[in-house]
Parts: sequence; C-alpha cells; structure tokens
Amino acid sequence: MTAPAPSPRPQRSRLERLAEALLEGLIRLSGVSAIVFVLAIFFFVFREAAPVVFSRNFDLWKFLFSIEWYPTSASNVRYGTFALTVGSFAVTALAMAIAVPFGLGAAIYLSEFCGRRLRETLKIVIELLSAIPSVVWGFIALTVTSKLVVDATGAAVGVNVLNGGVVLALMSVPIIVSIGEDALKAVPDSYREAALALGATRWQVVYRVLLPAARNGLLAAVLLGVGRAVGETMAVLMATGHAVHIPGSLLDSVRTLTANIAAELGEAPVGSDHYRVLFLTGVLLFCITFAVNIIADLAIRGVRRRG
Amino acid sequence: MSAAPPAVPTRFVRTAHVARKERAEGVARFLFFLMAAAMVVPLCAILGYLLWKAAPALHLGFLLDVPKKGMTEGGIWPAFVGTLYLVGMSLAVSAPVGVLAAVYLNEYSRDNAFTRAINLAVINLAGVPSIVHALFGLGAFVYAAKFGYSILSASLTLAIMTLPVIIASTREALASVPHSFREACWNVGASRWQTIQAVVLPNSISGILTGLILQVSRAAGETAPIMFTGAVFYKAVQRGDLFPYRLDEQCMALSMHLYTVATQVPNVQEAIPYATAVVLLGSVLLVNATAVTLRVWLRGRKRW
Repeated sequence: MTAPAPSPRPQRSRLERLAEALLEGLIRLSGVSAIVFVLAIFFFVFREAAPVVFSRNFDLWKFLFSIEWYPTSASNVRYGTFALTVGSFAVTALAMAIAVPFGLGAAIYLSEFCGRRLRETLKIVIELLSAIPSVVWGFIALTVTSKLVVDATGAAVGVNVLNGGVVLALMSVPIIVSIGEDALKAVPDSYREAALALGATRWQVVYRVLLPAARNGLLAAVLLGVGRAVGETMAVLMATGHAVHIPGSLLDSVRTLTANIAAELGEAPVGSDHYRVLFLTGVLLFCITFAVNIIADLAIRGVRRRG
Repeated sequence: MSAAPPAVPTRFVRTAHVARKERAEGVARFLFFLMAAAMVVPLCAILGYLLWKAAPALHLGFLLDVPKKGMTEGGIWPAFVGTLYLVGMSLAVSAPVGVLAAVYLNEYSRDNAFTRAINLAVINLAGVPSIVHALFGLGAFVYAAKFGYSILSASLTLAIMTLPVIIASTREALASVPHSFREACWNVGASRWQTIQAVVLPNSISGILTGLILQVSRAAGETAPIMFTGAVFYKAVQRGDLFPYRLDEQCMALSMHLYTVATQVPNVQEAIPYATAVVLLGSVLLVNATAVTLRVWLRGRKRW
C-alpha cells in the first residue's frame, strides 16, 4: 500500500482508475468502429468479387457498358450491367421527379407556413412514413399501386417503371422533407425579418431569400433522397418486374442493380463467376452511394460554414 | 407651383401590387399545404386498405399459429419469434457499440480531420444500400467468420446496418445536455468519465432509449440483409413455442415471410399476406409511436 496522497482530494483506488482507462479505451474503440465497418464492408464485398475482377477474360468496360446480361446462358455467358444501371437510373429519376417538388414543398410548408401544433403533428406523420419497412412498400406496390397503374394507363402489367417510381417517391419523400426542413431552419431568422420588414409576403421571403440561402442544404436533401432511392432493394424488387432491358417507356418492366442482386444471389452457386459478378455489382452500388453521400455531406458542410 | 404635392397616405393602401402579391401568397400557401397533405393521405389510405383486406385473418390465433399446408394457411408464429430473436440479438450488439461511439464523438473527439472521417463513415454506413449490407454479411460473417447461415450472422449484419440510427440519436441526446452541467462537475474534481457517468448519461437517458427503440423498429423491418445471411422461407416450429431457435440455426422472420407469401408461394389464402403485412407494419409503427411518445414526454419534463 502506498501512503495516502497529501492532496486534500481523496485519491481513487488503482482498480477504479484502471477500470476507467479500460472504459475510455472501449469508448475510443467504438468511436473508430464506424470507419472500421465501412472499410470492412468494402473489403469483404470486394474480396468475394476479386477473383473475377483479376481473371484474364474479365472486361471492365463490358461489365459497365454492355447491355447483355445472360448470367446462366449455357453457350455464352455475358455479364453486362448497363441495362440494370439504366433501370436503376430510370426508376430513381422518376421517383425524384415526383418526390423532389412534393418533398421540398412540404418542407417549405412545415418550416414557413404552418403553426407549431400542425408542424409537430406532420413531423410525426413523416417519421411514421419513413418507418414503414421497404418490404411493406414492396407489398403495397405489388397489390395496390400496380392495380392503380393498370387502371390508370391500361398497361399490360402493373409492375413497371411507373409503379416503382411512385413507390420509391413515397419512400424518399420523408427524408427529403426532414433534411430540407433542417436546411430551411438553419437560415438565420434575421434574413426573414429583413425581408418581412421590407414588406415581402412569406412566399416572397421563401423564393427570394430562403431558397437561395438554403440552396446547399436543399441540394443535400435531394441527394440523400437519391441515395435512398438508388439503394432501395425490396420495394423495387417487388414493384418493377423482372425484365433486364433498357426501358422504352414508363410502362416497361425493368430490373435495377439492387433488385438484380436480391433476385439472383440465392440461385448463383457460391464461388461461381455469376456469384462473384453479383458481388462486383455490390461494389459498384457501394461506390455510387458513397459518392452521392460524400457530395451531400460537402453540400451540408458548406451550409454550416456560412451559417 | 402648378400642382399640389401628392397627398401622403396616412394609412396603408391596398394597391394592385399588394393585392397581387397577397394573391400569390395565398396560392403558394395552399399549394404547399397540398404537398404536405399529400404525405398524410397515402399513409392513411394504405393503412386503411391493408387493415380492410387483412380483417378476415386478424385474430390472436393468426399470431400464435404456425404456417400450414405449404404456407397457404395458418399463422405466423415462427416468423414473429424469429424477428424477435434477430432484433434482440442485433440490439444487444449495436446498442453498446453505438452508444459508446456516440459518447466518443460527443464527449471525447476534437474537431479535426479524424473526427470528420468518423462522421463521414457514419453517414456512409447509413447510406450503404441494404443489399450491399447483405453481401457484406454473407462474405464476412457467413463465410469468412464461418458462422454459416444463422441467426448470429443475420443479426450481426442487422447490427452494423442499424448502428448509425443509434449513434445519431444518442449523439443528439448527449448534445442536448448543457455544457454548464459538465463544467460544474469538472469543477468539483470529477474526471471526464465520472462526469459522463454521473451527469451526462443520466440526463440524456431518455433520448438514448428513443434511439434504441428506433433501432428496434428499423431492424424489425429489414429484409434484404437477413435474406442471404440467416432467414429461411420455412422452419417447423411448435405452436406458441417461445424458444424454438438456437443461435447457430436459421430462422424465419416476419419481413422475409411477407416477401415469401406475397411473391413465392402460390394459392395463399388472400388475407394472409395482408395480415402478415399488418402485423409487421403494426409492430414497427407501435414501436415508433413509443419512441415519439417518449420524446414528447421527455421534452415536456425537461428542466433546463
């Protein structure tokens, strides 16, 4: 035993200090875990794809830009993902064409036009809307909206680009609204007061002052919506049909990158080229969403620096 | 002087210009209201439609019964319990890691490049598509770690996927504790961890709980990540059995079961997929509503 320290403050036991050091180590470790996990995701997904990437007859250009996806052909197996990429792009673009105006409009209404009570209620609705699992959305797409699509357009099948786009729009509206509202809230009140003092109506304040001032944050909201839509799997798997081709119209069935993995991974023999190419598609998706998220983050950070 | 100076109006005059801008204001307000309403209407319509179609199958027996006759009849008990297993396991893993990571980000980290990298990683972890998480789980847990297709693999995949939910909400809860609380504690000689333990965590515990609840709701609904790591179409289980699975076994799950009965099984009784959807959606929304209530109650109670 050491002699008690002369300081007036009672010294803590060695065990206590050791436990604290241990805990702080654990805290630091957990802090780093997010980085570790992101790297691990890339590493393990790429590791399964690597043998096919480094094999001699693999052609990255064909993988990215050929529309011929015949993974199970007996004579001539071809892995071109371009039709899938276009499918993802088509569904996402349609979803954004619907969700962006509605999402930003709702964000503006929430942040500038409605009273406190209504805002709180609507925010809860948005939260519940965003909590609906994607497989439930897929089920709704399969049973409800696909019938509506057939009734409205006379299409032969209801599971197509339009159906997928509508459901994805419903799914990505909540994230656009909540991030968009944050962006508008981040504009200092002095901006609004200055405009109101000049006699502007609220609508004038919105489109002359707030929209330009919150531009970056709103862009981030849209980008996060895009990220959500591109990465969505179960809903598009059930909503868009299963035709691997470049869609000619809104009423064509398509397949997206995500849905393709989900549909074929179960059938691809482990370790086969097909299986590895599906992992490579995963790497492609990872890179796309990574880029979208980083751009969104830069946009948000731009807002903070100026605010 | 030929003309008298124009009379200065003593009160506000509603000129044509003002009328125009007020009309624009009214139109804009109405349009934005419609856009906001456009979110509420589908939610109610969808809930109503699902409930209406599910009504014939919705009774307690449906929950407790097992699927029969090639899943075309019967209930959802094995799937329901499987979801409980997966969610419980994933919560057990992601809760400590997520809360501690948030403590690190809010209490320890400095504003430097490393912290920005962590933030970016959290954002990206939340943004990675669920199917990529599935590929990761398959490559890392099922094959590399040799856990096989099991509850363990599936729930670890879910845990990593839902980590950002916990980190984000815990951070918010910690950040809402005023800095003066910490300073007061440091001033009486407490160390950083003692301050966190005695002051910061107790004052943010409800916010942290909200985050954990949201994690549960998120994990319960996910399908893609468990589809290839541990969830199966069918597994024989006794009616009402609470402990049917071992951790190294595969299990059924509610979300996966909905996908199965909706797309893979022919001739299912019509109400069954709807009822499955209602049970899944109902559980998720119930859990979420708990989180919302907790937060509202907490805000009303806050003393600073």
